Amino acid sequence: MAAEKTPKAAVIVPKKVRTFFNTIAITGLALSVLFLFMVPMVYGIMTALKTDSQFSKIGAPWWPASEGKFNYEGKDYDIYSVPMEDGEIRQLALVVKGRAVSSFVDPENPEAGLIEWEGVWRQLERAWEPDPQWANFTKAWNTINFPMLLRNTAMYAIITTFGAVLSASLVAYGFARFRIPGKNILFMLMLSTVILPGAVTLIPTYFVFLKLGWVGTWLPLIVPAFFSWGTNVFLLRQFFLTIPRELDEAAMIDGAGPFRIFFSIILPQSVPALTAVGLFHFFYAWNDFFGPLIYLAGNPDKFPITVGLTAFNNLYSQSTNLIQAASLLSAVIPIIVFFMAQRVFMQGIVVTGVEK
Amino acid sequence: MSLSAFLQRDKAPKAQMTNMQKKEARWGLVFLTPWIIGFLLFYLAPMIASFVFSLYDFNPAVPDQARFIGFENWQRALTVDDEVWLSFVRTLHFAAISLPIGLGFSLFLAILLNSKNVIGKNLFRTLFYMPTMIPVVAVVLIWAGVLNEQTGWINVLIERLTGIKAIGTQGLRWLADPKLVYYAYTMFGLWGVGNAMIIFLAGLQGVPTELYEAAEMDGANWLQRLWKITFPMITPVVFYQLVLGVIGSLQYFLAPFVLNRGTGFPEGMTRFYMVYFYRQSFSFFNMGYGATLAWIMFIVALVITIVLFGTAKYWVYYASEEK
Repeated sequence: MAAEKTPKAAVIVPKKVRTFFNTIAITGLALSVLFLFMVPMVYGIMTALKTDSQFSKIGAPWWPASEGKFNYEGKDYDIYSVPMEDGEIRQLALVVKGRAVSSFVDPENPEAGLIEWEGVWRQLERAWEPDPQWANFTKAWNTINFPMLLRNTAMYAIITTFGAVLSASLVAYGFARFRIPGKNILFMLMLSTVILPGAVTLIPTYFVFLKLGWVGTWLPLIVPAFFSWGTNVFLLRQFFLTIPRELDEAAMIDGAGPFRIFFSIILPQSVPALTAVGLFHFFYAWNDFFGPLIYLAGNPDKFPITVGLTAFNNLYSQSTNLIQAASLLSAVIPIIVFFMAQRVFMQGIVVTGVEK
Repeated sequence: MSLSAFLQRDKAPKAQMTNMQKKEARWGLVFLTPWIIGFLLFYLAPMIASFVFSLYDFNPAVPDQARFIGFENWQRALTVDDEVWLSFVRTLHFAAISLPIGLGFSLFLAILLNSKNVIGKNLFRTLFYMPTMIPVVAVVLIWAGVLNEQTGWINVLIERLTGIKAIGTQGLRWLADPKLVYYAYTMFGLWGVGNAMIIFLAGLQGVPTELYEAAEMDGANWLQRLWKITFPMITPVVFYQLVLGVIGSLQYFLAPFVLNRGTGFPEGMTRFYMVYFYRQSFSFFNMGYGATLAWIMFIVALVITIVLFGTAKYWVYYASEEK
């Protein structure tokens, strides 16, 4: 669109050509922004695959690599990038180190024997070979006890998602279909809880859970999910309002009670919205940090991934590669779920964000 | 549907309720029960209790020694303890940097991807959204790596592209330099712009195309249309994002805690209000004082929200209220 800035009178370029160049320019801009946006991701992957020693070596490449070695007649020799007389740079293994003349062997053609090279070998650069350490992921997986963290997180996410969807749909049905005195005030009150800072209710809640003996267990994190959250109720209510009332009324004439209508008409009609709310809650739970941090402090065997990862970072802050590997591992499941369900998910975001 | 429209929707005339209506209201309350109980148990009662706690010197390890001290905690927080004010100023300082950049970036992405000249719109949208799915703890750790002053790629890229000395202790110490650390934290946040981007995108798609067509006929250029049509039409979305963003900033906690356990490194710059609240309440277990800090946060959030809503009528455009 940028080209349209030129005054109308000066337009000689046909519209099709203009559109073509605009497309290239704008798509190119989007691509370059995306490239910068993804730099940390590529960094994370590359770093996760590096050996421990690559970080401290000067001249090491940005990709996972180790210094090349070649086994020649039963001994390992270091491979260097050697500039030859004809200007070519060859990757050769240094066999005999000399002050002014050294002997190399070509790893691709060792039968040719030693190659004499004049020059100071200390000034040569090492040749690096790709050497991705896939085992780092296994190592991170075991060190952090990933199966346990994953089990804890999945259990937490699944149970609370069930509770959140069930309770929010009941409440949303109440708000969408029944005339209740003072309903508007209750609805406003519910929306305002969405922006209430959690800290203001935290301390007494913590104290009560402490008295109940629930601190150190999952209960303080799971139980509140069964009492519905404002955002979820709002989203579901908006959706229920779009379901034609005639369906309810027809069922009512057939003698169905409110619960029957809820389960056999409203819920089956609302699968996309229920999925969206379920996904929201699932990702929220997967990402939750503050609650588990407070309620599970000192119980590492109950930690979810987020808190476990933080503890791991504190213990292994020197192992950059393992930290990156563990971070990436923690993202795998949410990203897979997202790719499978992104359409429903994004529609849900739009409903909560635009209509409020 | 806007809230005001909702409020006018079913205002029933005030009359004696019939039996049918009573029955309906009772059934409705049955369905609202989970929320009503949750509201009383997890919002209303704790809020009141929190205020009561703020009047006590209270440590849950020795609950028997709790004693009533009136408004001493409040006095301490508001007049004696400088850290309360300092951490609040830091929080606002950080919000003043991170919110405009974050909102600006998500709006920029939305405008870019809303352009009819982009090929592969859905793919771009998915890829820009994807990092929002990564747990924030992992996001912070990945970014802390890429911003590392010695080995991080950001400094390497800057140095290679511009020639400015960026790598090393004399270079750009993103996480250790008090002048840079808020920008570093802001960058972590850019990986979470997905939701805002999608909402902005939906807002942009909701702008009637006739407006653009009419403006184009009148000879308005791209920039004029952006400024005069697009921006005003999406101010409701900006407003919603701004309110959520400000409230979220007040509770900013995760990155400073994950990276330096809330010590405030560097030079106390990252000891934000929520971090200070956490330390008082859950490191030192000064829960009476913690409750006071929480209540102060609540009051501040309330005041900011009210002020934002008060300014809304000067800059937020609501189509339905024009008529």
